[in-house]
Amino acid sequence: MFEMFFTFMRIGLFTIGGGYAMIPLIEEQVVRRKAWVSAEELIDLIAVAQSCPGIFAVNISIFIGYRRRGTLGALACTLGAVLPSFIIILAIALVFRQFRDNEIVERIFRGIRPAVVALIAAPVFRMAKSAKVNRYNVWIPVVAAIAIWLLGVSPIYVIMLAGIGGYVYGQYIKE
Amino acid sequence: MVLLLLRLFWTFFLIGLFGFGGGYAMISMIQSEIVNRYHWLSTGEFTDIVAISQSTPGPIGINSATYVGYCSVVNAGYSHAWGVAGSAVATFAVVLPSFILMLIISRFLLRYYKHPAVEHTFSGLRPAVVGLLAAAALLLMNEENFGSWSQSPWQFSVSILLFAFAFISQHVYKMSPIRIIVLCGLAGLVLM
Repeated sequence: MFEMFFTFMRIGLFTIGGGYAMIPLIEEQVVRRKAWVSAEELIDLIAVAQSCPGIFAVNISIFIGYRRRGTLGALACTLGAVLPSFIIILAIALVFRQFRDNEIVERIFRGIRPAVVALIAAPVFRMAKSAKVNRYNVWIPVVAAIAIWLLGVSPIYVIMLAGIGGYVYGQYIKE
Repeated sequence: MVLLLLRLFWTFFLIGLFGFGGGYAMISMIQSEIVNRYHWLSTGEFTDIVAISQSTPGPIGINSATYVGYCSVVNAGYSHAWGVAGSAVATFAVVLPSFILMLIISRFLLRYYKHPAVEHTFSGLRPAVVGLLAAAALLLMNEENFGSWSQSPWQFSVSILLFAFAFISQHVYKMSPIRIIVLCGLAGLVLM
């Protein structure tokens, strides 16, 4: 149990830049070193974890933990994956707020902010490719973006509607 | 206070529950709920959080929940200790739906995930998530992040240049986000 906790803590600690950066690390630790799951199983788990809501890395750790030791195992792996970020971010939050109004920090962040917007804009095109957006369904992301951006619709409703729409279309209209 | 914590819990529970498509898509939900609806954070603060989340270890969803939980409570005028409680509540809430869903799926549904009904649902969901992400980027293209031409033409022009630089180095050259953030931070320090 402790081994699972520490393995996922290491994975959480060394992943910078989001969930997908974790895959090679998980592969190395969980498949090659500890042999907790096979490589094929991991590919299946990744597919399921990707299509489920929530944080990809957390989903994967719950899956693997559950496979190994049931609910308690899932708990140990999740805690391991979450705890390092929680502590690091909390420390930063406590310190950063005091420096935020500092002239130098403000200048640095004035340069960083446009870059962050670009870092969010860039994966739009990468994701469009992997989500198989083509000229027949390109209206879906366009309408979704406009509804959220200009009309202020909550993304939660957009997600619900898109899921129900896809289901109804596939089950009853296309057939 | 209790009401604020309950609201934080419920908001992040929903974000975890409907957060299809990973951390970036979650960012658009956090933005619309936390910044636009409840005004717990300003847009500028929110962008700073994304920058910090991207350059520190750990999943972006966890990082931003922890940070937002802390800041929303402290911004509302409560002490640091309550802020820590807020970040614990938000982080727990964002993980909880995954935990429940994953346990159900690993127990019962693993063999159904290739079922046509599931695939149809996702054929609508996947393109919508792309739209979510686009909306997040569009909503952030505002005065707080770029400055304005009328107030400071210099800051606005440098911001546009940095945006273009970051976009191209990420999209075309696959430069790591951390390096981009560090370079643009240095540029901000020198130029603005």
